[in-house]
Amino acid sequence: MKLMNKTLLSAAMAVALTSTAAHADLSDDKVKIGVLADMGGVYADVCGKGCLTAVEMAVEDFGGSVLGKKIEIVSADDQNKPDVGSAIVREWIESKEVDVVTGLVASSVTGAVTKVTTDNKKIALIAASASNAFTTKACSPYNAHWTYNVVALANGTVKPIVQSGKKKWFFITADYAFGHALEGIASKVIKAEGGEVVGAVRAPLGTTDFSSYILQAQASGAEVVGLANAGADFVNSLKTAAEFGLTEMMDVAGLLVFTPNAKALDPAIAGGMLTTTGFYWDRDDASREWSARFKARQGVIPAMPHAGAYSATMHYLNAVKAAGTDDSDTVMKLMKSTKPDDFFAKNATLRSDGRMVHDMYLVRITKASERKSEDDIFKIESVIPGDKAFAPVLPACDFK
Amino acid sequence: MATFLGINLFGLFGQLLVGLINGSFYALLSLGLAIIFGLLKIINFAQGAIYMLGAFGAYLALQYLGIGYWAALIVVPLVVGLLGILMERFLIRPIANEDHLYSLLLTFGVALVLQGLFTHMFGSSGLSYAIPDALKGGTKLPFMYLPNYRAWIIIASLIVCVGTWWMIEKTKLGAYLRAGTENPALMQAFGINVPLMVTLTFGFGVALAGFAGVMAAPVYSVSPDMGSNILIVVFAIVVIGGMGSIGGAIITGLGMGIVEGLTKYFYPEASNTVIFLVMVVVLLIKPAGLFGKEA
Repeated sequence: MKLMNKTLLSAAMAVALTSTAAHADLSDDKVKIGVLADMGGVYADVCGKGCLTAVEMAVEDFGGSVLGKKIEIVSADDQNKPDVGSAIVREWIESKEVDVVTGLVASSVTGAVTKVTTDNKKIALIAASASNAFTTKACSPYNAHWTYNVVALANGTVKPIVQSGKKKWFFITADYAFGHALEGIASKVIKAEGGEVVGAVRAPLGTTDFSSYILQAQASGAEVVGLANAGADFVNSLKTAAEFGLTEMMDVAGLLVFTPNAKALDPAIAGGMLTTTGFYWDRDDASREWSARFKARQGVIPAMPHAGAYSATMHYLNAVKAAGTDDSDTVMKLMKSTKPDDFFAKNATLRSDGRMVHDMYLVRITKASERKSEDDIFKIESVIPGDKAFAPVLPACDFK
Repeated sequence: MATFLGINLFGLFGQLLVGLINGSFYALLSLGLAIIFGLLKIINFAQGAIYMLGAFGAYLALQYLGIGYWAALIVVPLVVGLLGILMERFLIRPIANEDHLYSLLLTFGVALVLQGLFTHMFGSSGLSYAIPDALKGGTKLPFMYLPNYRAWIIIASLIVCVGTWWMIEKTKLGAYLRAGTENPALMQAFGINVPLMVTLTFGFGVALAGFAGVMAAPVYSVSPDMGSNILIVVFAIVVIGGMGSIGGAIITGLGMGIVEGLTKYFYPEASNTVIFLVMVVVLLIKPAGLFGKEA
């Protein structure tokens, strides 16, 4: 009887296994990944062709196929325009059989795209956007926000500086949604730690000359000037701050610094500055190994969104494989119940609200004397545990 | 601190000086545009891309040829001017007799191609170029800290602008130039090579943008889109000053820098629109521009 049971069981298992393989429940008989990024604009170095390369690497490392079917990739340039991005994604879903969208840089584009993906019950793996809206006021059961967000940046960088006794802050803020969000959250952190914001100035996106804002910061009597901007705005504002002697008088904190931007600055100016990142290539052997492969293909070291795009894609494909289907609800459930663990994601979990919570890093931009190579840009000062970096789940966004 | 009517005077002086520095860049760029338009009637939309080329030229010269800032200040405008000459000879001249719109579209296309090419080659994050050693540091004025390099920008730009104005308005060469563009057939009859003069003038106008690019490299991020950011502002300045008025371009360039500086002090959010506001008002009241001659 016992034997009989065992045989029956194994027979049943065999049937179950073959049936999974034979009837892999893949829509359109394939898994297709859409990579939407800024291929030639201001964020091209942050998540452009590099994000496509990262996703290609993930698919290759996965073996090129899942459940016996080929994994396909399509990509497009969103030109940082929400209407362009959402139109592309709508077409992908409706006529190109795309199952999942990743890349996603400019928060405005991501906002428009995630509406389309949510309406169509497709998963969006957000690799590069900064806004925290995608897991708060614009949250969706189909969003997975991977690499970082403004809350983690503010908590990671601002808190330790205020705690060290530098309590009076002045902000130079990029005058659009991202900058305002970053300044707002950073200000909250400062006040919660007993500090005060003595002033702020809003500089239009793409400002070339920051000297007048720097003069205002100098006159403000603050101890720390927070740069709530990114990309070229960050580079230009910091360069001007150094030129006008601001960096001698007060501390400057860059709230969002990607490695290519830090690389564009003279280490004599940027060296020593603290900032927060979700990934740094030179963290451990696994990150170095992956980054070397990325550099061999892309010519530059990966910035955090590249590593995030790889990690998110890999986690998605693993979930499809384990679920035996590419049905978004089933896959997302599995993505949230299994923990991502790779060279990027440490102590990581994809929460019910779609926020991927993982170790963040407080880093210091290296001085010229410390640099062993041109890629030696950051030095990791401390690890910020995910629950200290990100905000808790909102009840309204608790998608089980 | 000194205050007047609740305004912090020190802060105000600082902003005025900073405005003057920005105005120096505007003056250099709008001067080049005004020469090219005033003398040749070509609307050169590639001027911003050429400014970018100047900044990259300085970077590349240092990186690959070991040519430092001071030499680059001479060499890069020459090379860029030569490129301008080639552009005039092979791209613009074939359509010289068509409507102005054609040269506008052509130069706009050239600008997009250059910008795309440099984004492809160098990425979009920008490159760094250090301030030359001789101009590092600064002077502490009563109301602000003036970096030496910024002071140098004002001086260099004034020398180049006034020199150019003097050459065109006050010398014999300038007289030939103005006459040649006014009545090319007559000047040809006097034995003057007008097409050559046109080519050289275009080259000179372009070289001015290259010069501005080298001047900008140490203080602004050297990036492919640096030109497109500034070009629209500079066009507005040329319109305010009066298309083609050379003295007008210089004065308006400096003036608009100061207006922008004041706006940054009193209402920063409007600082990138104030120049266009002035443009609208000027166009309504004096359509030919402040210094333009009524057609």
